[in-house]
Amino acid sequence: MPDTILELRGLDAHYGDFQALYGIDMQVTEGEVLAIIGSNGAGKTTMMRSISGLLSNRRDQIRYRGGAIGNLRADEVAHKGIALVPEGRQLFPSLSVEENLLIGGQVGRQGHWNLRRLYDLFPILEERRNVPSTSLSGGQQQMVAIGRALMSNPDLILFDEISLGLAPVIIKDIYTALPGIIGQGMSAVIVEQDISKALSVSSRVYCLQEGRVSLEGASDTVSREDISRAYFGID
Amino acid sequence: MEWINALVQGILLGGLYALFAAGLSLIFGVMRLVNIAHGDLIVLAAFLGLTVTTATGMHPLLALIVVVPLMAGLGYALQRGLLNQTLGDDILPPLLVTFGLSVILQNGLLEIYSADPQKLSAGGLETASLPVGGLSLGVLPLLTFAIAVLVIWGLQWTFYHTSLGRSFRAVSDNQDIAQLMGINRRHVFGLAMALALAVTAVAGILLGIRTSFDPSVGGGRLIFGFEAVIIGGLGNLWGTLAGGVILGVAQTIGAKIDPGWQILAGHIVFLLILAVRPNGLFPRIAA
Repeated sequence: MPDTILELRGLDAHYGDFQALYGIDMQVTEGEVLAIIGSNGAGKTTMMRSISGLLSNRRDQIRYRGGAIGNLRADEVAHKGIALVPEGRQLFPSLSVEENLLIGGQVGRQGHWNLRRLYDLFPILEERRNVPSTSLSGGQQQMVAIGRALMSNPDLILFDEISLGLAPVIIKDIYTALPGIIGQGMSAVIVEQDISKALSVSSRVYCLQEGRVSLEGASDTVSREDISRAYFGID
Repeated sequence: MEWINALVQGILLGGLYALFAAGLSLIFGVMRLVNIAHGDLIVLAAFLGLTVTTATGMHPLLALIVVVPLMAGLGYALQRGLLNQTLGDDILPPLLVTFGLSVILQNGLLEIYSADPQKLSAGGLETASLPVGGLSLGVLPLLTFAIAVLVIWGLQWTFYHTSLGRSFRAVSDNQDIAQLMGINRRHVFGLAMALALAVTAVAGILLGIRTSFDPSVGGGRLIFGFEAVIIGGLGNLWGTLAGGVILGVAQTIGAKIDPGWQILAGHIVFLLILAVRPNGLFPRIAA
């Protein structure tokens, strides 16, 4: 049985007085692709921010490869091998396309991904390597955001709303490339509102509703009715 | 010819003002910190230069090899130990803390060195001049301008051709996302302040060679630095050099009209540019 790479144990998260997550329990095993679905405000992005260190939590609420990381800063989490592709891409506007990719590699972890392999994966980025990242289309910016995360050669990659704001044809391209990206020994957590896309690339799925897990199951066995119930809270 | 001389002297004086301003520009560009103590740190560097040259007898320019690392180390420690704690959404804490630091520095220098004006003796360098096309240009102002250009070029090169520069720009763009790239922003801010105070050390030594200084002159240097940064455009290093030159030229032309107008002319030009171009002539927030 594969080892657990990431474990959430009763994860709570707060923004001031507002509680966004309530006691989330979750495991991700080595090489697994996990999907997180849920409506707006369900707590998906908060969960990603907690795991990646952008939100501080109690130390033992997040465990990575057996070690407690809940209170580590984001840069310390990145050095441990967790990368986040953030919602809305969030490229660095004052950096060129290539600089955005290179800065992802500053973590200094060795592995499969380097600039050459990224350009092979997304040839358009090589053509536009010296232009400001903000001059790219939304889809190309998403490629840079994915590439930037891959450059750190993570063991676990988190995708937050990977298809948000993109044209359907671009979403299709990205999901076509995704198995090749993840298939390099990485584990992945994909946060997605497009349920069919999320189920198509994942082995297990969690549904969040108002900060709580409302459904957990294998992606190929959960029914539409179960998902509707968990997603919208309708019996 | 006298007007041309005033113009050229103003351009060269602008080099010194650009050095006053470069550290301010860098710090604001990277972490949006307005350092009220910047002028006093320039004066501190001049006094450190005085201590080193008095103790060792070395030339003030040679003293840079001691004062630059000292100021850089102080900058890193200051940022990590104090100023990082003040950074956040509210701009008031860093303003108040650096204002307090300014008061402490002034009084500390007063206690150690007294209020007597001091000067760094650079031998014949202070009075040496070169005849250029009918003008007589001081070697020290020429050297100062050349150093200013070199420092600005070096900072620009660091920003755009090194991984440290990438980190500076990334942190400036988005601190959270930069942290996701494994960048410790507190360390990067420390390095930025170290670099800024290394430049401040150069400015302080050149100030000390050019003119007399005492613990109270930091405020004036801060204002010249601010004016150069704002005229050039916030966060733009070459713009800062241009701002320094414009300020220097305004002052020397003002002095040519009436000696009492020197400083006032600089302030008037600054206010005029601020009124017409509130973001400066070459604005670029990310340095």
